[in-house]
Formats: sequence, C-alpha cells, structure tokens
Amino acid sequence: MSDVPAPLAELIDDFGSVGPKDRLQLLLELSEELPDLPERYADHPDQLEQVHECQSPLFLAVEIVDDTVRLFFSAPKEAPTTRGFAGILHTGLNGQSPQAVLDVPDDIPFRFGLAEAVSPLRMRGMVAMLSRIKRQIRVSAEGRDVG
Amino acid sequence: MPYPTDPSPELADYAHPERLVTTGWLAEHLASDHPGLVVLESDEDVLLYETGHIPGALKLDWHTDLNDPVTRDFVDGEAFARVMSERGIDRDTTVVIYGDKSNWWAAYALWVMTLFGHPDVRLLDGGRSAWMAEDRPLTREVPSAETAHYPVIERDDAPVRAFKDDVLAHLGGALVDVRSPGEFSGELLHMPDYPQEGSLRGGHIPGARSVPWARAAREDGRFKSRADLEALYQEDQGLAPNEDVIVYCRIGERSSHTWFVLTHLLGFDEVRNYDGSWTEWGNAVRVPVEQGAPSEHGAPSE
Repeated sequence: MSDVPAPLAELIDDFGSVGPKDRLQLLLELSEELPDLPERYADHPDQLEQVHECQSPLFLAVEIVDDTVRLFFSAPKEAPTTRGFAGILHTGLNGQSPQAVLDVPDDIPFRFGLAEAVSPLRMRGMVAMLSRIKRQIRVSAEGRDVG
Repeated sequence: MPYPTDPSPELADYAHPERLVTTGWLAEHLASDHPGLVVLESDEDVLLYETGHIPGALKLDWHTDLNDPVTRDFVDGEAFARVMSERGIDRDTTVVIYGDKSNWWAAYALWVMTLFGHPDVRLLDGGRSAWMAEDRPLTREVPSAETAHYPVIERDDAPVRAFKDDVLAHLGGALVDVRSPGEFSGELLHMPDYPQEGSLRGGHIPGARSVPWARAAREDGRFKSRADLEALYQEDQGLAPNEDVIVYCRIGERSSHTWFVLTHLLGFDEVRNYDGSWTEWGNAVRVPVEQGAPSEHGAPSE
C-alpha cells in the first residue's frame, strides 16, 4: 500500500488480521492511547476545530512543524468509539509529512473492517476527521506560500 | 418465574412499575446468586461496554444484534432466538436493560424485545449514568453465559410498530415527533451535532406534536415523575391514554424512549413506534410534509 504511510498501513494490517470482536478491542486500545491535549490547547479550546459529523463532541487541531504534521484531538471518555477513530488517525498519521497525509485516500476509514462492527454511519465521523485534517494542512500550506 | 416488581416508592406511581428497576434493586439482586435474571447493556457508543460495565452484564448491540444486516428491518425469529440464547436468556428470564444517553438505546432494545413478546423485560431507571453517578462497581470482565434455549418466536409487529402506510392511514390522529425543534420545523435534516442521515426533505408529518424525547428525562437520566409526565403529554399536548398514538423520530431510536414513557409509565393503551421515521418519510415520494414551528397543539417546545 504505497499510498498509505507505514504506521497507518500497519494498523490496517492489524485490524485486518483479526475478527470483528477483536477489532473493537483494538479500537478501544487506540482510544485509550490517544494523548491528552497539551496545555496550550487544553486552556484554549477555541483554537480547536469541531468535527460536527461525529456522533460525539470531537475537536482537533493540526500543526505543521519542520515539515511534519502534528495532530491533536479532544473527545470525551464517554465516547470511546470517536476517541478510537481519532486514535487511529493519530497513531497512523502523526509525524508524517504534509504531502503524505494529503495523499492518504479519502476512503481509508473503510479499510479497517469497522463498518460492520460499529455501523457504517459512524464511519462518517472518521471520514470527516480526515477531510478536516487535510483541509487544515492545505490552508496552512497556502498561508506559507503567500507569506 | 419472573422476579417480583421493584417495590421502590419512586416507581410506584407509574402505570407499570414492573417495567422499571432502580439501581438499588439491581445491585441487591446482583449481590447474590440470581438465576433467571440477565442484565444487558445497550449503548449508542458501541465501545462503551468494553470500557467497563455492570458486573455480570452482557452486551446487546442495536446495530449488529437487532438489525437485519441486509433488509432495513429487525432480525427474524431465528436470529433473535440465537441472540437471546447466547446470552443465557430463555422465555422465562427477567431481562434488565440499561445504557447510555438516558437509556435511549436501551429503550430501543426493550421495544425490539417487545416485538417478540418477551414477557419480562425492564429498564434500569437512569441507565448507565445513574449507576456510575452512585459509584457502583464496573468491570471489564465479560461474563460467559451458559447458552439457553430461546424459542423461535415469530415477530408480532402490529401492536407496537407502525409502517409508513399505517401512518398515512393515521393522518389526523395523534402523532408525536420526538426530534429536536430544528428537525421538526425543517431547518435541520438531522440532529444538532450528528451526521446527516440522508433525508431529502425537512419538516414533520402533518399534525404531529413536537415533544423532544429528552423532556421525559431528568438531569440524572432517570424518568420524570408520573405527575410531570402527565403534565407534559396529557395536559400540555392534550394526548389521552385511550387514544391511538404513533411516535417517531429519525430512525426510531429516540421515539422508543417516548414509546416506553407513554406505554409503560403513563399506561397509554395503544402506542406504536414508527421506526421508518424521518429517514423514510423525508425521502418518500408524495407523502405530505409540514414545515414550521409547532403552533396548533399546546405549549411550544423548548
């Protein structure tokens, strides 16, 4: 899978190698590994973008530092599925180059075999997270070109 | 043998107190051997059970366990029997269901069990949040149920489920739309902060009263008192317990909560849940649609 950064490809393999029940377990682990927000965001939630397509409140921020993408997510503990989606994107894309993230196919959320376990509708939340991450990367890239 | 009704005074005023249990009642019964009592957790967030659940509780997923994977319908008798049997439930088992979001999905699961006529199925008043707020124990240990033999029961939809044609025939009768005011008026095609589920038209079924489902719940997720519920549905909205009422929302989940309130807490005789709801009606060709805020019936909604 040349179109996908290695850590993300690895996650896709992990999910693909187990049955639906264990996929949920993996998703739970990823939800628990999602790092807390650093103070500069925790104290300034207005700097995060809300992903309205998620069934639970999910906020994210994207930074580009030294040509690597840094992702920050905030989602309540009572929403482990949404946190798990964020965890997949964080584990799979954090630290990649902006171009590598932009090159990730938009249908990547459907390659984890989760639609049957969590209902297809919920997958839209992850699709929306990815598209908002990409949009923020494009916006900041344009800003840099202009400046 | 069904378990006796929870005698707690806070349930006594409801029309059918045997359909609810308090957290205290459940904790007491779980503390010792409890043959014939099975607890199920049914949540909106499908991972919540895995993060910790009431000790001994089994998971029931509204999507994978209760919906047919192909047709937009519920599972058939054989699949339902399998889902129940795997959880150690037979026809005589007392089933207590609880979940997140004020028991919204738990009520949906209970309603589906009603389609199969399961005799004794109850909700835990206040659901998951009430249990947690009282610092009662949670575990990640998934119990192994001894497989039971649930009979294959043919679903009997007619008494509690309405289809689109039933609603068309019912126009002019009592309808309760339990969605948010924005969805009711037609400004929104979906719940605030929820994904759009693909309705082409916004608004409500003509003549429907607007009573958002959450108005039946208290802050802590428990149901409001009977007097408060009577004020809401009977006084404000003018619904009568002997009236044929149809409730609906977007896909029939939120309206299951209201169906439970009207049927089991207020004792209405004939309440049907239209689970096709707005995702069907808002896409159907040439069905009548009304837009705008509620005005004809009672007080405006919050």
